[in-house]
Amino acid sequence: MMDTAELSALLDTLCPMFVLVDERGKIVNAGPTLQKLRPDEPMQGKDFLDVFELVRPRTVTTTPALLSLAGGKVHLKFHDEPRTALKGLIAPMPKGNGAIINLSFGISILDAVRDYALTSADFSGTDLAIELLYLVEAKSAAMEASRSLNLRLQGAMLAAEEQAVTDMLTGLKNRRAMDVVLRHLISGNSAFALMHLDLDFFKSVNDHLGHAAGDFVLQQAARIMEEETRNEDTVARIGGDEFVIIFKGLVDESVLSDVASRLIKRLRQPMMFENTPCQISASIGTALSTQFSSPNAAELLNAADQALYEAKRQGRSRHCPYSTLVESE
Amino acid sequence: MHGLINRAIQSFVCATYGQPCWLRVTEAAGLGFTEFEAMLVYEDEMTKRVLDALCADLNRPRAEILEDLGTYLVSHPNMEDLRRLLRFGGVTYVEFLHSLDDLSDRARLAVSDLRLPMLELREVSPAEYQLFCYPGLPGYSSVMVGVLRAVADDYGALAMLSHDGQHGDAEVISIVLVESAFTEGRHFDLGARKS
Repeated sequence: MMDTAELSALLDTLCPMFVLVDERGKIVNAGPTLQKLRPDEPMQGKDFLDVFELVRPRTVTTTPALLSLAGGKVHLKFHDEPRTALKGLIAPMPKGNGAIINLSFGISILDAVRDYALTSADFSGTDLAIELLYLVEAKSAAMEASRSLNLRLQGAMLAAEEQAVTDMLTGLKNRRAMDVVLRHLISGNSAFALMHLDLDFFKSVNDHLGHAAGDFVLQQAARIMEEETRNEDTVARIGGDEFVIIFKGLVDESVLSDVASRLIKRLRQPMMFENTPCQISASIGTALSTQFSSPNAAELLNAADQALYEAKRQGRSRHCPYSTLVESE
Repeated sequence: MHGLINRAIQSFVCATYGQPCWLRVTEAAGLGFTEFEAMLVYEDEMTKRVLDALCADLNRPRAEILEDLGTYLVSHPNMEDLRRLLRFGGVTYVEFLHSLDDLSDRARLAVSDLRLPMLELREVSPAEYQLFCYPGLPGYSSVMVGVLRAVADDYGALAMLSHDGQHGDAEVISIVLVESAFTEGRHFDLGARKS
């Protein structure tokens, strides 16, 4: 049987963070790397439980209890600062002559190499510590590169969204596109009609049948609006269930009323979503560019909006031309 | 070609010859853009066109430029991360040389789609080595000569490096170690963190 000195020399090489304790729990020898963590306080001769605090299992506070944890894994901390966390494995010596406790940093290794200025020479040749450190650095560098790519892509995506003119759900134009069309028509002094259409009972479909049904209804409504208008007209979804239709060169109120009636009639027909009928309707207000001496977009939208409000007030599923409001004033 | 490699070339050209040179090169190579993304993969052809354009612009042979690229990868402050990763290979230059056998695996561990050619170190004597660079990345052995030279400096070792011709399908680099501790070398702190 080898003596303590021989055993310690062997352990120095194989597991440089070992602690050899006697049966009373006193430290007989500590590995060079472990001792390096407390360079000014030789561990030899001290009580193991005076140097280290047992974090898990918490119930263990005495040496016999510690030594009885043969083969068990323990979690430790230094009593003094820096309170580096350590993992340990207890292997009892034959004939009740104490135990060897092999310690390792576990996940605390990243802080430990920095706090204690450890080098690769402090780890045994088979220890994966260096590989772990390598991986952490390599992965962090790769992650950093990916993150910067993500940031740039996100910037590009926002810029693209900023320039987008299509409503993703319905394929109609969006509010930005409508603004452009309006500006263009007004600056060209073109005559046109602006219809503000609001779906009635849409919220009820959304609430009772779910968002998928709501989305379906919006898509169907969009299709109907496109079918009932000409190619040169602009159909835009400007809010949840709000639409604007711009009729270029059309300011004939009777024609517009016919279009509005057809739209309302078709939109009132139940739409079948997964065998469930979705019942909506529409209210419409219409303003004409020719109703203003020098029209601007906000004024026209506001006029159509007032007419729409009146249509709703009259009981929904109606069309109200702005002209009727002006005349009644 | 992996974006990391293209990005390395871009970084090298910008740091060494300046941004205008890089813009001329991307223009001449007809890339249609001026910035490679490190984490995207590009057509191999693009890298070839960039290197051709660079050789033409600088009027220097490709092998020479690639050697400088290798040196840049290790010694330039921009590339400190990479130098550290290489230094994880070993405590001494000789240990580092032996770790080159694992370099392509290590690279793949960090970035799974980065494929570097196989390297194999053969010890001729304790002071003389041959590094076999297997195919997969044209010009890799030239880059490696620059890398090995700069890493020797980093470890403070004095080494003589030369191309030793073709051996089967491998290009061979000969490494003669004159002194393994010629100077102090640069410090390597295992626990260093970026501020």
